[in-house]
Amino acid sequence: MTATTDDTTHGHVPVAQAAQPAAQVHGQQHPIKLYLLVWALLFVLSACSYLVDYFDVQGYLRWFLIVVFMLLKAGLIVAVFMHMAWERLALVVAILLPPMAVLVLMAMMAWEGEYTKYLRVFFFG
Amino acid sequence: MTAEHMTTEHVTTEQTLRSRMLGVVADWSSDQRSFKSASWGKAMMWIFLVSDTFVFSCFLISYMTVRMSTTVEWPHPSEIFALDIGGKKIPLILIAIMTFDLITSSGTMAMAVNFAYARQRKKAAILMLVTAFFGAAFVGMQAFEWSKLIHEGVRPWGNPFGAAQFGSSFFMITGFHGFHVSVGVIFLLIIARSVWRGDYDVGRRGFFTSRKGRYEIVEIMGLYWHFVDLVWVFIFAFFYLW
Repeated sequence: MTATTDDTTHGHVPVAQAAQPAAQVHGQQHPIKLYLLVWALLFVLSACSYLVDYFDVQGYLRWFLIVVFMLLKAGLIVAVFMHMAWERLALVVAILLPPMAVLVLMAMMAWEGEYTKYLRVFFFG
Repeated sequence: MTAEHMTTEHVTTEQTLRSRMLGVVADWSSDQRSFKSASWGKAMMWIFLVSDTFVFSCFLISYMTVRMSTTVEWPHPSEIFALDIGGKKIPLILIAIMTFDLITSSGTMAMAVNFAYARQRKKAAILMLVTAFFGAAFVGMQAFEWSKLIHEGVRPWGNPFGAAQFGSSFFMITGFHGFHVSVGVIFLLIIARSVWRGDYDVGRRGFFTSRKGRYEIVEIMGLYWHFVDLVWVFIFAFFYLW
């Protein structure tokens, strides 16, 4: 191990530091047109989910539409605005997989919630 | 240090401990990285955001649990968040406006990142200020919504519309989200100032870190901002529309 005091070697891309401006320009740069498209899509999707409420759609169709619009919006934000689509897989996997554990907690708590409700109805109903 | 060396009597336990401690330092500081395309700043922001994801997930899952387990009817968000505009009651309109406001701020933030990397610092700074403006407007509308609900008698322990858990879930979830937006606005203003002055062109040192910044900070700031928008997508779906 060589002890270096130069802080630029600590993880920062040294190329960008050494070769001045020109090398830094290509960070995460994508056509403005793409951002405007995503922006418009997010507007449309939000309007769609608002309309679900406005027209008072009920039952499974309501939940299905809400979740679909929500996931599409979340996907667009993460992929394009947060640049996930252009990151290396190592980062994508490290960031997107751990939150999947939340689904397990969700399933467990849904089970628990149903059970609590059953007890309440049974004893206090 | 070889294995034979360690077993000799001459090496005191103190020395062994010292060499092992040095080993820890050597291992952790060896120049290896898992995220080849992301700088430390970006990777750390992502890891923070993952932890924040768990915080908000816990709030939303607690909300799901209390809503599923209550025997009292859940208040109807569509009616509670309706506004009278021109004598007509429009359901959930304030929340819809807040949603569009936040999406717009995300769009301007994404463009600010682009201009920052293109080194058009004035444009980048102005777009960041526009983002901060929409963020502040969002917090303002939230304050309006809170005071309206408090005026109507909604409290964390009860409300006149139905299940008592509605108030605690509402104040906890939207309050924590609003706090995130407020912090984001403050950071946006600080970084917009640095970008406007050209701190990242001349290598001026930061007041807090005493280190030279790079234009990448705008992208890292953007990650946080888009995350706040992302959380709102889930709150909008689960709390207001469900």
